Amino acid sequence: MRRRILPGFGLSLGYALAYLGLIVLLPLAALAWKASGIGIGGMLHLLSSPRTLAALRLSFAGAMLAAVINAGFGLLVAWVLVRYRFPGRRLFDALVDLPFALPTAVAGIALTALYAPNGWLGRWLTSWGIQIAYAPPGVILAMVFVGFPFVVRTLQPVLASLDRDVEEAAESLGASHLQTFFRVILPVLVPTLLTGFALALARAVGEYGSVIFIAGNIPMRSEIAPLLIVEKLEEFDYAGAAALGMVMLLASFILLILISRLQRWSGRWAEQLQ
Amino acid sequence: MSRLKRQPPWSRQIGRVLLALVAISFLVLFLLLPLAVVFVEALRQGLHVYLSSIGQHEALAAIRLTLLVAAISVPLNVVFGVAAAWLMARFEFRGKALLGAFIDLPFSVSPVISGLVYVLLFGAQGWFGSWLGAHDIKIIFAVPGLVLATIFITLPFVARELIPLMQSQGSDEEEAARVLGAGGWQMFFRVTLPNIRWALLYGVLLCNARAMGEFGAVSVVSGHIRGLTTTMPLEVEMRYNEYDYVGAFAIATLLALLALLTLAIKTLLEWRYSDEIAAHAPGGH
Repeated sequence: MRRRILPGFGLSLGYALAYLGLIVLLPLAALAWKASGIGIGGMLHLLSSPRTLAALRLSFAGAMLAAVINAGFGLLVAWVLVRYRFPGRRLFDALVDLPFALPTAVAGIALTALYAPNGWLGRWLTSWGIQIAYAPPGVILAMVFVGFPFVVRTLQPVLASLDRDVEEAAESLGASHLQTFFRVILPVLVPTLLTGFALALARAVGEYGSVIFIAGNIPMRSEIAPLLIVEKLEEFDYAGAAALGMVMLLASFILLILISRLQRWSGRWAEQLQ
Repeated sequence: MSRLKRQPPWSRQIGRVLLALVAISFLVLFLLLPLAVVFVEALRQGLHVYLSSIGQHEALAAIRLTLLVAAISVPLNVVFGVAAAWLMARFEFRGKALLGAFIDLPFSVSPVISGLVYVLLFGAQGWFGSWLGAHDIKIIFAVPGLVLATIFITLPFVARELIPLMQSQGSDEEEAARVLGAGGWQMFFRVTLPNIRWALLYGVLLCNARAMGEFGAVSVVSGHIRGLTTTMPLEVEMRYNEYDYVGAFAIATLLALLALLTLAIKTLLEWRYSDEIAAHAPGGH
């Protein structure tokens, strides 16, 4: 019915399809085509290289760990920003988006200046024997930084809309605060927490700019998969770069599908609890 | 019975204060400190060195190039975003969910891959490489490549901001305008556009911040030719790798100021026009 009254269906559909086709689909088709060029043997060879495996492991396992850390701190920060009133709250609230707004190269050199062995914080940490920059912890730190706003921003509206009657009922029935939190509040938040987790994870897996400065990029140790793609390109190994890019894309899609499954399952679980 | 377990109010207060302190220290240590370090490191050798570092020829060229790339890619994505939002929020058609997924796709692709795909299309060994070479057209390691990679990265921002808002607003006003005899464009400029203006501004703001700050995608297609294909984030990288730390942080302060300005306008828009911006989904960057 709407279609007859409102104009512009054909125009907007044609324009959107043409634009998406040229900007997104054609280039991704080139990626798939170039990646398939190396064949099964080439793919197995690529994936059996210890350096590739180490880089993929750091990118995916590091991003997982960073997303877990973000889920924890994101929940804490979102809780404090929604539930508590303190001076400067709105300023801190606005500050949460800083990692979105700050260009990744700037974040990268700033974090390096802080955590390098001679840096602001690094010199203290080094004297306690903790190395962050130029090692895997630096990679994870940068990943936590870029993914941080996702968890907070997805949780905030849900936390604000929570029905406090349920919490009060739980406490008047004798539940302690911790019990109320873990048995009443957290189960309802789990699906949203997973959304934020997935967003932070997707961001961290592909992250490049903020990581490469602090990582030190030592092969087999602190080299991330996107950097390996860049290195293959610089050696004019286009097929290898495309294949590794394809592997990363497919792996992140599988991961995101698994998380959305988990999310649906936890959503049903949360409903059953109520 | 278990009522005895209830904590007295003072311990509850201490718990709240501790929790708030942990959260605030995390924000200060993790977000404010990196911001502060940028400005302190840039001014380490004084204001004079800082200013002359920004005034250098390559720095000015990088600033001009960054503005140029954003000035081309942002308007293109605004037109696309409005068209896509009109389509997604006002019509039902087959494959709509798939189209929505494709609009969001650039957010879940690594920036490096976003640059790589254009190298595979237009690079010397790419699909169109030999044809472009024969006609002496340069896309990769030139400004068109930078623009394309930036368009890819920032494509979802405006559409993502507008679609939920237009869906929640509904089409009653637009239908009324049509029934009263307004032409298609008349309806768009008099009814649709005024209804979405603040959300549009919000989307443009985020799109622009990302376009000017993008690093990974443009770094792959740039070729790092000083003064010609280095945007500000790439200039930061080159100076940093040449151990010109003050110079790198000097350019970084400009980008950090852009980020702060973006955050300030964004926060202002959220305070004043929250109803007209809709629930803001966090834009994956």
